[in-house]
Amino acid sequence: MTYRLSSLTYTLKLLRSSYRVFPPHNTAQLINTSSALRSHGGLVVHRDTNENNPDTPFEFTPQNLRRIDTILKNYPDGHKSAAIIPILDIAQRQHGWLPLSAMHKSADLLGLAKMRVYEVATFYTMFFRKPVGKYHIQVCTTTPCMLRDSDSIVECIKKKLNIKMGETTKDGMFSLAEVECLAACVNAPMVQIGDNYYEDLTVADMEEIIDTLAKGEAPKAGPRNGRFAAEPVSGLTTLTEPPKGPGFQVRSDL
Amino acid sequence: MLARALLRRVFLPRYNRSLSQSPRLLQVQEAPKLLSVWIDDKMVQVEPGTTVLQACAVAGVEIPRYCYHERLSVAGNCRMCLVEVEKSAKPIASCAMPVMEGMKVHPHSDISKRAREGVMEFLLVNHPLDCPICDQGGECDLQDQSMAFGSDRSRFVDNAFGGKRAVEDKEVGPLIKTIMTRCIHCTRCIRFAGEIAGVQDLGTTGRGGDMQVGTYVEKMFKSELSGNVIDLCPVGALTAKPYAFTYRSWELRRTESIDVLDGVGSNIVVNTRGEHVMRILPRLNESVNEEWISDKTRFAFDGLFAQRLTVPLARDATGQLRSCSWEDVLSRVSGKLVSIQNPANEVVGVAGALADCESMVCLKDLFNKLGSESLYSETPVHIGSCGNDLRSGYILRAGISALEEADLILLVGTNPRYEATLINARIRKGYIHNECEIAVIGPYMDLSYQHEHLGDDPAVFSGMIRGTHPFGKKFSRAAKPVIIVGEGVLARDDGAYINNQIYMLSRLSPVHGSDWKIVNYLHTTASQVGSMDIGYNTADLPDLSSTRLLYLLSADSVDVTRDQLPTDCLVVYQGHHGDKGAHIADVILPGAAYTEKEATYVNTEGRAQVTQAAVKPPGEARDDWSIIRALSEYAGHTLAYDNIDELRERMAEISPTLVNIDTKQDSCFHSLCVELLYRTSPKHKPYQTPISVKLNSLADFYMTDPISRASKTMAQCVQAVKQADKN
Repeated sequence: MTYRLSSLTYTLKLLRSSYRVFPPHNTAQLINTSSALRSHGGLVVHRDTNENNPDTPFEFTPQNLRRIDTILKNYPDGHKSAAIIPILDIAQRQHGWLPLSAMHKSADLLGLAKMRVYEVATFYTMFFRKPVGKYHIQVCTTTPCMLRDSDSIVECIKKKLNIKMGETTKDGMFSLAEVECLAACVNAPMVQIGDNYYEDLTVADMEEIIDTLAKGEAPKAGPRNGRFAAEPVSGLTTLTEPPKGPGFQVRSDL
Repeated sequence: MLARALLRRVFLPRYNRSLSQSPRLLQVQEAPKLLSVWIDDKMVQVEPGTTVLQACAVAGVEIPRYCYHERLSVAGNCRMCLVEVEKSAKPIASCAMPVMEGMKVHPHSDISKRAREGVMEFLLVNHPLDCPICDQGGECDLQDQSMAFGSDRSRFVDNAFGGKRAVEDKEVGPLIKTIMTRCIHCTRCIRFAGEIAGVQDLGTTGRGGDMQVGTYVEKMFKSELSGNVIDLCPVGALTAKPYAFTYRSWELRRTESIDVLDGVGSNIVVNTRGEHVMRILPRLNESVNEEWISDKTRFAFDGLFAQRLTVPLARDATGQLRSCSWEDVLSRVSGKLVSIQNPANEVVGVAGALADCESMVCLKDLFNKLGSESLYSETPVHIGSCGNDLRSGYILRAGISALEEADLILLVGTNPRYEATLINARIRKGYIHNECEIAVIGPYMDLSYQHEHLGDDPAVFSGMIRGTHPFGKKFSRAAKPVIIVGEGVLARDDGAYINNQIYMLSRLSPVHGSDWKIVNYLHTTASQVGSMDIGYNTADLPDLSSTRLLYLLSADSVDVTRDQLPTDCLVVYQGHHGDKGAHIADVILPGAAYTEKEATYVNTEGRAQVTQAAVKPPGEARDDWSIIRALSEYAGHTLAYDNIDELRERMAEISPTLVNIDTKQDSCFHSLCVELLYRTSPKHKPYQTPISVKLNSLADFYMTDPISRASKTMAQCVQAVKQADKN
């Protein structure tokens, strides 16, 4: 992918992306630090920050603890550690993102070593190990979306929110991330915000979605070009007539 | 993962015991039928469950590998062991693939060779190739295997544009230096930490090209076995921090020797350059330390270069220690010795933790010639009436390797994790692979495995014996129970009483009296069992107020001050470090450390082993036994041996076990020992003081003897652990 870009573009892209995680004085050292900087997940080592450190306050709510109890019942004894992914998901939904202290709490709940939880949390890019905005916009830029001009969607979001890729708006409402294929290619281009997919987007759609969210309302999820789901936009091209009844093409003597 | 865990259980022959849990696998075990496998047209017959890699080894073909290690679980992630197997569409990973009847393996075919070449090429794509500045250079699996199996040139030119992958180094403490860019993700260190050391601090973070081996949060790899990951690392990603950049591996001379810093007697290889010890590595001994050593064994050797006694010293009239000649000090000590009228009471000798059997025999013979029997071991052992007359009453009778067969282990007054690290690794091995249960009487401790804590009250035994305590029932049901008694009991004044109770408890077991040895003693110093074999007194030191000559043979933990001694008492210290013993001495006879002499030590299971001289003693220091031999000549009581062979003959007279090198002899007369214990059962109740252990924290573990106390590296470790505990 990116490796195939010319060296200059590649270096520039790395330089650009490295700024978003590190202060500039680290840039020289990190030019070669590979895709860790480009990837959605960010660094795969932890650095204590003011908002994310072992002492970040985090407790599961009683409601969530009940949910966790129910989830744990799905797993037989001796295999409870498999519940780590749903438990981390609950922690992330509760806190908005996944601080180190939440990983520790989850590890304690399952009696797992902390490192085993770090491994899971860093493996899956959908666990946000850094704070994200209330509305975390994940734009797909993989090939089908790119061919359907996802770049314009990215540009639109950047301009509208005045943030760069990987950043959060000052009010903490929106954050922007570039992700790989979210499996909605037939409705490209698309973004995911929270649990909702917004598909078949145009720049105007994207602006409307952001405006609606900013007002605190819920924009309409799903395809934006009038489709119900993934059917052809110009109407059905096959199976247009009603199904044939019983006896179709059956010999008359039967 | 499940499939992998199953494979691991099935294909490592040593874990066969765990097969009995599965009825399906039980059938395989009941009808052991050898499978015929062809390796390069050579047929070998192997047991079902053998992997292709192991079958190749049987046929004499070594398959290259990075991630596979026979003592760790199978990961199968390096792909270096790919081999062609007939009727298989693709080359298979031989470390994880079990053999099948009639399998035809072609480890030298073109497909196999090309597979290895491809793997090597991929590994080298992101490897820095900084071999000239890498400490692993010369003993690096990646170097060796790229020479043997890699391509002769690289097709990789992209690094001219994008550069190679770089990974930031991790800070995991003062012992292990990490250069993570060199890491090839074999995960051996992760598996070692999780499986052998029992510290799940290492892991992989991220995925794909971003994957890193590390700790995620910056933290110390807090394990007493951590140094072993340096040996395990097939590349230079994990190297030794204390002696980084000080040697190239091909410059070193290797001397096979024995560690003396604890009672285990780990087998080591002392690596030297000229007259300087450069590093200490483990040596394989399945019966003792397998292929691991503790961090103290590995890193405390820099204490050999500090605080050394290099010349004979004697206190002058002003009380100042002055260097003088051997003649001066020997005549001063011998003059004092012969001037003493009543040596039986007035000459006292104490052997310390690092004293070797040769010098202890010499000292005892000399004192006996003079008429004194006052020879004491530094660490008192109170185990009741059979004392040290019967060997089976004070050693780890079962043997270290037998501990992994036990199904129930009761630790009394010992924390083996820090007192005998490699024995703890054995217990953990039994816990992991043999589902051994462990219970502890003593303070709360972190043993790296789950255990039942039965409190620290010495009265707990009576409940077990009467059957009111539930553990008594569990104990009597166990097929192979083991009780390990540590210094926390042995050093107590009521140790004999507790020892008696322990024997009463052992009687509950149905295997009591059989070949299985239930009661075992864990000593924490290298000299202890040897001194008891030779006949040193293990009672508390007597009243020293009439002592006129106190001979401290490497005794540095002995609790003696000048106030306890009469003013005209001559304190002689013989040893190699200016530690506590030397501080109160009037005359100092510089001896040799364990890397500088050929000397016998008996480990806690009663196995005599010999250290070899890797370097010369510094300055005017001499072999310890020869110092005492010279002293005997000066005193006019010349000992009847002139060289070490004659001395060994004398040792054989005292106890044949002392010269039966590297053999664990079965101790006899155990029934007699038990009889004696019962007949002379101490009547008094145990004291109320809770049972304690000698070492109960990692910070205590690092510095236990003059060598490790002088070691800068060990001091750094103590500091790092304290800092890590604070955070």
